[in-house]
Amino acid sequence: MKIIVSVKQVPARDSSLRVDAQGKWLEEADLTYEMNEPDAYALEEALQLKEKLGGEVVVLCAGPQRAAQTIREALAKGADRAIHIEWEERAAPDALTTAQLLANAVKPESPDFILTGLQSDDLGYGQTGVVLAELLGFAHATIVMEVEPQGDAVRVKRELEDGWFQHVSLPLPVVLTIQSGIKKLRYATLMGIKKAKTKEVKTIPASQLGIDLNSGLVMERIYLPTRSKKTQIFSGEPKQAAHQLVEKLKFEARVI
Amino acid sequence: MSVLVVLEQRGGKWNRTSFEALAAGQKIGQALATPVTAAVLGSNIDSLATEAAAFDIQKVFAIDDAALEQYTPDGYAAALEQLIQASTPKVVVFPHTYQVRDYAPKLATRFRKSLVSDVVDLKTVSGGLSYVRQLFQGKLNADIPAEGDLQFVSIQAGAFRAAEPASATNPIEQFRVKLDPSAIRSKPEAPYREAQRSVDLGAAPVIVSVGRGIKEKENLPVVEALANALGAELAASRPICDNGWLPMERQVGSSGQTVSPKVYFAVGISGAIQHLVGMKGSKTVVAINKDENAPIFETADYGIVGDLFEVVPALVEEIQKTKA
Ligand SMILES: Cc1cc2nc3c(=O)[nH]c(=O)nc-3n(C[C@H](O)[C@H](O)[C@H](O)COP(=O)(O)OP(=O)(O)OC[C@H]3O[C@@H](n4cnc5c(N)ncnc54)[C@H](O)[C@@H]3O)c2cc1C
Ligand SMILES: Nc1ncnc2c1ncn2[C@@H]1O[C@H](COP(=O)(O)O)[C@@H](O)[C@H]1O
Repeated sequence: MKIIVSVKQVPARDSSLRVDAQGKWLEEADLTYEMNEPDAYALEEALQLKEKLGGEVVVLCAGPQRAAQTIREALAKGADRAIHIEWEERAAPDALTTAQLLANAVKPESPDFILTGLQSDDLGYGQTGVVLAELLGFAHATIVMEVEPQGDAVRVKRELEDGWFQHVSLPLPVVLTIQSGIKKLRYATLMGIKKAKTKEVKTIPASQLGIDLNSGLVMERIYLPTRSKKTQIFSGEPKQAAHQLVEKLKFEARVI
Repeated sequence: MSVLVVLEQRGGKWNRTSFEALAAGQKIGQALATPVTAAVLGSNIDSLATEAAAFDIQKVFAIDDAALEQYTPDGYAAALEQLIQASTPKVVVFPHTYQVRDYAPKLATRFRKSLVSDVVDLKTVSGGLSYVRQLFQGKLNADIPAEGDLQFVSIQAGAFRAAEPASATNPIEQFRVKLDPSAIRSKPEAPYREAQRSVDLGAAPVIVSVGRGIKEKENLPVVEALANALGAELAASRPICDNGWLPMERQVGSSGQTVSPKVYFAVGISGAIQHLVGMKGSKTVVAINKDENAPIFETADYGIVGDLFEVVPALVEEIQKTKA
C-alpha cells in the first residue's frame, strides 16, 4: 500500500502573534514553528497502517524552506520518504490553491491512502483534505477516529457532533482527514533521527506544478478581535487577585 | 441572483444552527440587495419544507430523493451542484456543522471556488461586504472581501442569533435532481453513541476545567486541589483527554459533554470555539490564563491574567480561608 500523509508546518502554539505592519500576516521574526498537531496524528495512523499492510509512507508538505525541518521530523518518526513542494507562499493561501498544489504533486504517485489532519492550527480551514479528494476523484471521510483496512476498501469510524459516532465504508483510493487523539504518538528514536538524514526528500518548486498561485480568496486584513464583553479582570499579585475573585464568588455568584 | 441558505436536518430533525445560518444569509441578502432562498435535502421532507417556508425568505427548494435519505458527501454534493447550476445564486450559505465540513469544500471545488469557512461576522466597509473569520483558533480575525460571482460561506455556531419564523407560507419548489445511487461511494452505518458515561458533568453545579496550560499530567493535582476546595467536578479540554491524562468522559466541547454549571472555571484553556460551544451555557465563567489575549476572556465574566501555577494555589488558599 502506498500511504501519503500531508504535513503542514505552522507557528508554534506558544508563539506571540504580532500582526505585521501591512496587516496581512504575522511578524515572522517572532515565530517558531512546529508540525500541525492533527498532522502528527495523521502521521501516526499512517505509520501504523504501514505496519499492518506493508508498503511505504510518503510525507507531503507544501511550504517554504524552513518546512524541511518538520519533514525531517516526520522521516525520523518512520516515514520512508518525502515530497517537499517549495513554496514561499503569499500570506495565507486559500484551501483550493493549497489543495491544487498537493493534488498535482501527488498524482504521479497513485496512492491508496492519503491521510491529512482535519484542520490546520493557523488558517483553520478544515478543508484541504476534502478539496484534495475532489481534485483527485478519490472518495473521502472526515474527522476520522479509527481506520480499519478491508482489502480494497476501508471502514472508518467518524466523529459526529454531541458524542455521536458513525462507521462508514469507502472504496480505495481514499482521503481521510484524521482527528487528534486517535492514537498515542510515538517519539523519534535516536536511530530514527540518524536514518532520516539519508532518506529521500524530493523538492518540487511550487511554480512548476502548473497552478495559478495568485488567484483565490484574499485576506484583506488580519487583526486582534476587539472584545465586546466586559470581563472583570483581577490583576496584581496572584494572592490579591485570588482574594478579589473569591469575594465575587462568595457574594455575587454565591458558590462558596 | 440570490442568497441560497442550505438548511441541515438529520432523521427529520433540524440542526438548530441552520437558522443561525439563515439569519446570516438574510443579512448578506440585505447587504447585496438580493432575495434569500433556502434549500432542504433529504427523503420525505415535506413537513420540514413547510416549516422552512414560514421564515422570511423568497422560497424553499425541497430536494426530496430516496438517495438522500442518509447523508453522503457524494449524494449531497451532486444534489446541490444541480440546484446551484439551475438557480444560479450569488452566495451559498451553510451552518458550519460537521456535516457541512464533510461536503461543502467538495461542492465548492466543483465550481473551482474556496469555501469561506467558519464565518463569525459580516462587515460592510465603504459599500463592500466582507466576511470575518477566525485564525489561530480565535486568536486573530481576518476580513475576506465578498468577491466573485459565486461565493460559498459557512457560519460558525453561536455567531448569529437564530432567525425566527415569520408565520408566512412562502412557496415551496420541489427541485428534482438526477442522482445515480451507484455513484455514491461511501456506505454509512447507523450513527450511535458510546456506552453510558459514568460521570454526568451536565448536572454539576461547579466545574473546574483544565486545559493544555497545565503542561504535564503530573501537574494535575494543582487543579484537583481547586476542584476539591470548591466541591467541583473536574473537566478538561480535548488535548488533555487526547493525551490520556483524564478520561474522555470528562471532555467538554463539541465532541464532548455540554455543561451549564453555576460556575465554570477554565484554567489554562484558550477558548477555541469547539470548547466554547460545550460550556457557553454556564451561568458564570471564570478564566485563568497567562495570555491576556486568549479568546476565553471574551466568554469569561471574571478573569485572572497570570500563571496558573501561582494563581490556582493562591485561590485554593483563599477559598479555604473563607470557608474556615
Ligand atoms: C472537529 C473538532 C472537534 C473538537 N472538539 C473539541 C472538544 O469537544 N473540546 C475541546 O476542548 N476541544 C475540541 N477541539 C479542539 C479545539 O479546537 C482546541 O484545539 C482545544 O480546545 C484547545 O485546548 P486548550 O485550550 O486546552 O489548549 P491550547 O489552545 O493550547 O491553550 C492552552 C492555553 O493555556 C494557556 N497557558 C499556558 N500556560 C499557562 C500557565 N502557566 N498559566 C496559565 N495559562 C497558561 C495559554 O495561554 C493558552 O491559552 C476540537 C477541534 C476540532 C477541529
Ligand atoms: N501547505 C500544506 N502542506 C501540507 N499539508 C497541508 C498544507 N496545508 C494544509 N495541509 C493539510 O490539510 C489539513 C487541513 O488544513 P486546513 O484545510 O488548512 O485546515 C492539514 O491538517 C494538513 O494535513
